[in-house]
Amino acid sequence: MSTITSRGTITIDVEACKGCELCITACPPQVLSMGTALNQAGFHSPLLHPGCTGCAACLFVCPDFCFEVFRFEQPMATAVPA
Amino acid sequence: MVTIDTEHPPSNARQVGALKPDLLITGEHHLCPGCGEPLALRCLLDTITELELTAQTIGVMGIGCYTAFSMTLDVDLVQALHGRAPSVATGVKRMRPDATVFTLQGDGDMVNEGLQEVLHTAARGEAVTCVLLNNGVFGETGGHMTATTVLGQRTKNTLEGRDAAYHGYPILIGDLLARLEGATYVARGSVHNAGAVARTKKMVRRALECQERREGFSFVEILTMCPTGWFIPTGEGPGYLHDTLGEVHVMGELKVDGRIRTTEELHAENVARQRDVEARLAAGGLDD
Ligand code: SF4
Ligand code: SF4
Ligand code: SF4
Repeated sequence: MSTITSRGTITIDVEACKGCELCITACPPQVLSMGTALNQAGFHSPLLHPGCTGCAACLFVCPDFCFEVFRFEQPMATAVPA
Repeated sequence: MVTIDTEHPPSNARQVGALKPDLLITGEHHLCPGCGEPLALRCLLDTITELELTAQTIGVMGIGCYTAFSMTLDVDLVQALHGRAPSVATGVKRMRPDATVFTLQGDGDMVNEGLQEVLHTAARGEAVTCVLLNNGVFGETGGHMTATTVLGQRTKNTLEGRDAAYHGYPILIGDLLARLEGATYVARGSVHNAGAVARTKKMVRRALECQERREGFSFVEILTMCPTGWFIPTGEGPGYLHDTLGEVHVMGELKVDGRIRTTEELHAENVARQRDVEARLAAGGLDD
C-alpha cells in the first residue's frame, strides 16, 4: 500500500450531470474519471479519485453546475494499492 | 481504483466554490450537454454578486438558447426582440441612470439580426455593458452559419466549410466595436478551459466597473462551445473552439481605457497567460 495526498475535495450532483466530460479533461491532476452508472436522465457522471487539489477547475468548466469544491485545513492521505 | 465519496460535503474543509451561481434560482436548465453558454452566464452572474450590484442590475435579454435562463435568473430583466437588446438597454439606462444595465445576446442575435443596434449603442457611448455569447452558429435553430462563422467552419448551410467567395468573410465584432470612439472597454474571452473562464470573469468585472464609473460603452464577447450546432462530441468542444473560432476571434482585451491593442500584443499576452494559468493550476488554484 502507498498513500496519495488530497489537498481538497468535491461534491458532485450526479442527477444534474449531463455526461459532457468537460470536467474530466479540465482537472489538472487528472483525478476525475467517468463512471459507468447512469443517472435518472440516462447520463454517466464523473468519479473522484485521490489527489484532488481543490483548484476548482472542474467547477469552472461544468455547464450543469454539478460541483462544490472544498479545501482541507490539513491535507488528507488516502491509502491506495501500490 | 480508489474512489472518494462525493455525495456528502466533508466536515474538516473550507468551501471554496458553490454549485450554482447565487443569482440563479435553480441550476437546472435544458441547454445541451457541453454547452458553453451556462459557463459564460456564470462569469456574469458571479461578478454581479461579487460587485454587490444585484439590487440595481437590470438585464436585457436577446433571443437564443440562453434566453431559457430568463425564467430562473434572479435579477430584473427585460426581454428584447431579436437583435434589439442594446437599444432597449439604452432606453433603460437613460431612464434609470443609476441602474447597472447589461445585455446578453448571441452572435446570431447581435451580429446578424441586429448589428446596427450594437454599433450605434457603442458609437453613442452609452454606459451599458453588452455581453455577446459567440459560438459562430445559430445554435437554437439548428446550427446554421452566422456572420461570425469563421472561414472553413462547417455548419448546416456551409457543409464544405465557410467559403469567402460564396459566403463572404466573418465579422470580427469585437475588433469592429473597438474602433468606435464611444467604446471604452472591449474584450474577448472564452470558456474553453478553466483558465479562460477565470480570465473572462475578470473581463466582465472590468466592463461592469467601467460602466459604474460612467466611462462609456463596455463590451465583452465570450466564445462559447456549441457541440450540438457544430456536430461534434461534447468532449471535443473546447479544442474545436480554440482551434477554429479562437484562431480568428483572438482572445484578449482589445481596448482598455480607450486604447486599442494590436493583435500582436494580444498574441504575446495569450502565450504568457497560458503558461501562468498552467503553473497556477498545477500549484493548486486559480483564485488570487
Ligand atoms: S477541484 Fe481541481 S483537482 Fe479537484 S477534482 Fe476539481 S479539477 Fe480536479
Ligand atoms: S462537466 Fe459537469 S455535466 Fe459535464 S460530465 Fe462533468 S459533472 Fe457532468
Ligand atoms: S444548441 Fe448549442 S448553444 Fe444551444 S444549448 Fe445546445 S450547445 Fe448550447
